[in-house]
Amino acid sequence: MAAVLFYIFATIMIGSACVVIFARNPVHSVLFLILAFCNGAGLFLLAGAEFLAMILIVVYVGAVAVLFLFVVMMLDVDFAELKQGFAKHLPLGLGVGVVVMVELGLIAIGWQSAPNASYAAASPMVANVSNTAALGQILYTKYAVFFEASAMVLLTAMIGAIVLTLHHRPNVKRQKISDQNARTRDNVIEIKKVPFRTGV
Amino acid sequence: MIIGLTHYLVVGAILFTLGVAGIILNRKNIIVILMSVELILLSVNLNFVAFSHELGDLTGQVFALYVLTVAAAEAAIGLAILVAFYRNRGTIAVEDINSLKG
Repeated sequence: MAAVLFYIFATIMIGSACVVIFARNPVHSVLFLILAFCNGAGLFLLAGAEFLAMILIVVYVGAVAVLFLFVVMMLDVDFAELKQGFAKHLPLGLGVGVVVMVELGLIAIGWQSAPNASYAAASPMVANVSNTAALGQILYTKYAVFFEASAMVLLTAMIGAIVLTLHHRPNVKRQKISDQNARTRDNVIEIKKVPFRTGV
Repeated sequence: MIIGLTHYLVVGAILFTLGVAGIILNRKNIIVILMSVELILLSVNLNFVAFSHELGDLTGQVFALYVLTVAAAEAAIGLAILVAFYRNRGTIAVEDINSLKG
């Protein structure tokens, strides 16, 4: 059963990855990227990483892929023109792909681990604890620095994205709370003596 | 048939290759380049999770979580740069991004 599921997930994932790089329309690319991520989450589940599978669905399918979709649809770009050099780069791309594939294949097949590698595990899996709980137990204690570093990465990304895309248009009146609070009676109100029957 | 580590490694290798080939093939379209980078990072995560499962070690999953975070940040920053560039130049063709050449 697990083997059948593995082959289904792996086949769909690789097929949709092919569509991502060969599709003419980038919207199709994004949609098949979402499909690839969903099947990747299935593979994670088969490997026992339930928390990462859920994170992959939530973060990638829910946020990153939708961000891609949003950008693809917001930018009004002639994508047929961007597809021009595809045939020219095809031999180079296939050549590099074959070389990388052969090298990785040699490693993946001719690879073997040391017989006592599992004794050297930095944080061995605990029996009778769910994957999420076990991950939380080490993430907030042993790997707290990693956790805070990733928080800093996300904060930097958030501030950077806001700074890059925010632009103030001129001639727009905005509410400035500090200016409002800094107003006092003395510099706002001016009292004038109005002479009788002459006006100001 | 038992699904072992090698199966996961082969799937990760194929996905990595597709990502690298996608970067070379779609050299003009930076959105597809960013998506290819996401595919590469997914294959890396697959390797981390497969080794974590094989060795019974949770460290691989912690590191995969870190990679996910960095990938999300990279996508956000990359797309923000893309939007800012499009707003300034009206195009996203990669060949036009050469102002720094002088």
